[in-house]
Amino acid sequence: MTDTAVDAAVDAHDDDHHPSDLFYVKIAGILALFTALEVGTYFIEDSVDPWFLYLSLSVLMIIKFAMVAAYFMHLKYDTPWFRYLFIAGLVLAMGVYAIFLFAYDVFGLG
Amino acid sequence: MAITEDRPLALEAGTVNKVAERPLGALTRPQSDVGWASWFTTVDHKKIGIMYGVGSLFFFLFGGVEALLIRIQLAAPDGQFLSESLYNQVFTMHGVTMIFLVIMPMAAAFANYLLPLQVGARDVAFPRLNAFSFWCWLAGAIFLNTSWFLGGAPDGGWFAYAPNTSVTFAPGNGMDFYAIGLQIAGIASLVSAINLIVTVLNMRAPGMTLLKMPIFTWMMLVVQFLLLFAVPVITIALFLLTFDRSFDANFFNVEQGGSPLLWQHLFWIFGHPEVYILILPAFGIISEVIPTFSRKPIFGYPFMVGSGIAIGFMGWGVWAHHMFVSGLGPISVAAFSMSTMFIAVPTGVKILNWLATMWGGRLLFNTPMLFATGVIAMFTIGGLSGVTHAVAPSDTQQTDTYYIVAHFHYVIFGGALLGMFAGFYFWWPKVFGHKLNEKWGKINFWLMLIGFNMTFGPMHVLGLQGMARRHHSYASEDGFGFWNGIVSAGAFVIALGTLAFLINIWISARSAKKNPVEVGPDPWDARSLEWSTASPTPVHNFDVDPVVEFQDDWWHRKWGKNEDGKIVRKAYPEDIAQDGSATDVHLPSPSYWPLVLSLSLPVIGYAVIFTFWLLIPAGALFLAGFLGWALEPADDPEAAHGHDDHGPNDADASADAEAEGASHV
Amino acid sequence: MSEAIATKSDQAVDDHGHDAGHGTTTGISNNKLMMWAFLGSECLLFGALISTYLLYKERFNGFAEGLAPFAEDGRNIGPRFGGSDGEGVFDIPFTSISSFVLLASSLTMVLALSSIRRGEYRNFRIWTLTTAALGSVFIAGQIYEFTEFVEKGLGYSTNIFGSAFFTLTGFHGVHVTIGIVMLLATYIMHKQGRLNQDKAETVEIVGLYWHFVDVVWILIFTVVYLFPQ
Repeated sequence: MTDTAVDAAVDAHDDDHHPSDLFYVKIAGILALFTALEVGTYFIEDSVDPWFLYLSLSVLMIIKFAMVAAYFMHLKYDTPWFRYLFIAGLVLAMGVYAIFLFAYDVFGLG
Repeated sequence: MAITEDRPLALEAGTVNKVAERPLGALTRPQSDVGWASWFTTVDHKKIGIMYGVGSLFFFLFGGVEALLIRIQLAAPDGQFLSESLYNQVFTMHGVTMIFLVIMPMAAAFANYLLPLQVGARDVAFPRLNAFSFWCWLAGAIFLNTSWFLGGAPDGGWFAYAPNTSVTFAPGNGMDFYAIGLQIAGIASLVSAINLIVTVLNMRAPGMTLLKMPIFTWMMLVVQFLLLFAVPVITIALFLLTFDRSFDANFFNVEQGGSPLLWQHLFWIFGHPEVYILILPAFGIISEVIPTFSRKPIFGYPFMVGSGIAIGFMGWGVWAHHMFVSGLGPISVAAFSMSTMFIAVPTGVKILNWLATMWGGRLLFNTPMLFATGVIAMFTIGGLSGVTHAVAPSDTQQTDTYYIVAHFHYVIFGGALLGMFAGFYFWWPKVFGHKLNEKWGKINFWLMLIGFNMTFGPMHVLGLQGMARRHHSYASEDGFGFWNGIVSAGAFVIALGTLAFLINIWISARSAKKNPVEVGPDPWDARSLEWSTASPTPVHNFDVDPVVEFQDDWWHRKWGKNEDGKIVRKAYPEDIAQDGSATDVHLPSPSYWPLVLSLSLPVIGYAVIFTFWLLIPAGALFLAGFLGWALEPADDPEAAHGHDDHGPNDADASADAEAEGASHV
Repeated sequence: MSEAIATKSDQAVDDHGHDAGHGTTTGISNNKLMMWAFLGSECLLFGALISTYLLYKERFNGFAEGLAPFAEDGRNIGPRFGGSDGEGVFDIPFTSISSFVLLASSLTMVLALSSIRRGEYRNFRIWTLTTAALGSVFIAGQIYEFTEFVEKGLGYSTNIFGSAFFTLTGFHGVHVTIGIVMLLATYIMHKQGRLNQDKAETVEIVGLYWHFVDVVWILIFTVVYLFPQ
């Protein structure tokens, strides 16, 4: 299921801000599928370009992260204050530590 | 039952608060709110604020004595007053004490006392967590200082650069005390930050929108967010250090490929926001003092708020300017150099706005105002020398010289500490019901200002002459003798100024006792809500919840415009202030458990340093504190209920209270 | 040590939880706001650990390749190479199962919450205990994994990779353990009749913490285990 499909599913289930159990099971199914895909990369690791792996694994990771935060943690339905607080911490952490790793030349770009 | 408490602060007419019988035996809550014992169990934000204040002043004297020892040692060439090893301990502990045990808790004192009052609340959001924060800080502070008797204090400098802190180079237990002591104090800061953020966001009086909050509240809110996000970074850094020292990890082990720069990065990612954690409270305080004594509203309120937020935000992007000499590479150095220059802009906006507030005002130079203007002047000097550090080539020459020492004392002493003193003189009548003596206040101010400039002004010169910081002594042919003599004399003038402050406290208290003068709710004709209730603040803060219409709402209740557009008095504070006479206000009950829980932390610390057997008593204390906390009734079951949304006349209230009471047993 | 605080705040089980939020300025419950502020703070905590790990894995690779002495004294053992068999320590299929277990526990956690919201207490008890059990299986797996690594020659102080790896995953494990304690406390309070439908917010707050620990594992699993050398 793509992200839009998930959104549609939410709209269908989200009348009282408490999605149905079935909806949660579906989300968990998608998460499990994505995890299986991630694990699958381990077995083809030697035959593909590592940068392709970095990229695809990161994308899957971000989607999984966002889905748990949005649906299981209710960030999608709850007051925006929580989103601001969490995203503030998240963005700050990513920014600061990215600069930190960049200063160390960990990404091999400098 | 409840770990946190949900504003059990409703005003209820006719409910009896004290209940004789306790249904839950040992897990009932203590009742007394007077007497010495009550201080150990209090959850009242005002008492906790006062304890933070007393604690920080105590450690101020402690850190001050350490400073004097340093200055005796350096007063003349080839000083022999302290041994090299003791000198290392003394300058390290001077820095650690002044930053973590003086400025931060002093700011916490003001925040605890004033934030609930300024937003019109009856207490903080989580009163027991608030008590826990204080005891936790005190436990950490005492733990840190017990190192003096347990094999030597920390001696690696307050920023404790690796690998100087490894077991090889710091074989004593000092750096263990440093790592664990600051860890405990960090827990206090984090809990307190979360508590105050929730308080300010969630417990504002009706009508007090975010942009009607006093500047002090705003600046403290920014500080709490900085703490919220910065404390976990130092938490990790300190954990890595402890793991290295106690469990043979390799984080700073160069032999194994560990990177000492990792410590510098983590420390300064925390450390630079920390600089704003130290200074923003003082900015907040003088933003309250200056309008009051200029008889004008603050100039450019939205810009004051915005620049405070901007400083808080940009403070995260400048940390590596502490590391220009560590070989970061040209891109990093250029980028951090730029960002450091940019952060001077919002600070400049603030200074401009304070000056514009004073411009054309009817200035009254009472002691609080003297200290506040002192902050503007001294901080500007410190800020300007800071800009010279932003220029990396210039900084390369200044790093680790007395020029740096001069700079950060101008901002931390000349900015933060003088600002706190302005706050002491300003809010003293609100807290204790009498003003501090003006004559002694002026003596205090001038001694401190003159002593301060004597001490830290010449350090600029010494630094540019090449005198390195942290050196145990210097030779007479270095030519540093003259200015060092002046510096040491200045340090003793500061000590005299501090003495004048202590004398002032004593004299003012004595004369207030002898011939009590009614100081009134609002002795300075001030502007924010804490002045609209009696002095000293009644235990329940407000008889009725204030309703806010304007920024500086209290001022608008006293003053208004007549038909000619001239500002005229509408009312006198004595007539419109709340007199604090309400008796039935339901307040959170005191609790033993924050103290018990916090006591377990230093014992865990000793266990890590000395013997793991100590984990047994530590675990017992922790478990006792934890279970006691969780199981004690959130509230006196029979006293009332905690539903804030029930008004005094709410018919459902009593029925609801019974239902709640039942569920407690 | 901030975990210790988390336990307290998160059990946060307030007598007044059900009406929390009414009467606050923002209309948000104090307890939930506290939890989210804490989770925001935790981002910086785990961020520091993950970036330390990334940095040290990189440095370790450089050292292991360039410096012979490590190979001789067995210190060159890394995630995917080195050690006696040259295979490194990681056992990806095993850790994948652990990851699925933790993911499943997030599902049972939301099911526990929606059960108590509907007042279906029997289901609530089942799902809560299942969540705690899945968490315990994860922890058991981690303990097994750690002992395996030590047997293969990677101890905490063997090299910088070992220090960084055990510290990062250890911190996560401690968080999971605290979450299990919180779940059990929730269960006990429910059995004592102090936590039911109108205090579902307590379960929600415990759940927030639990899901956060899960998303941290999503990051760790990808960054630490799956990223190729």
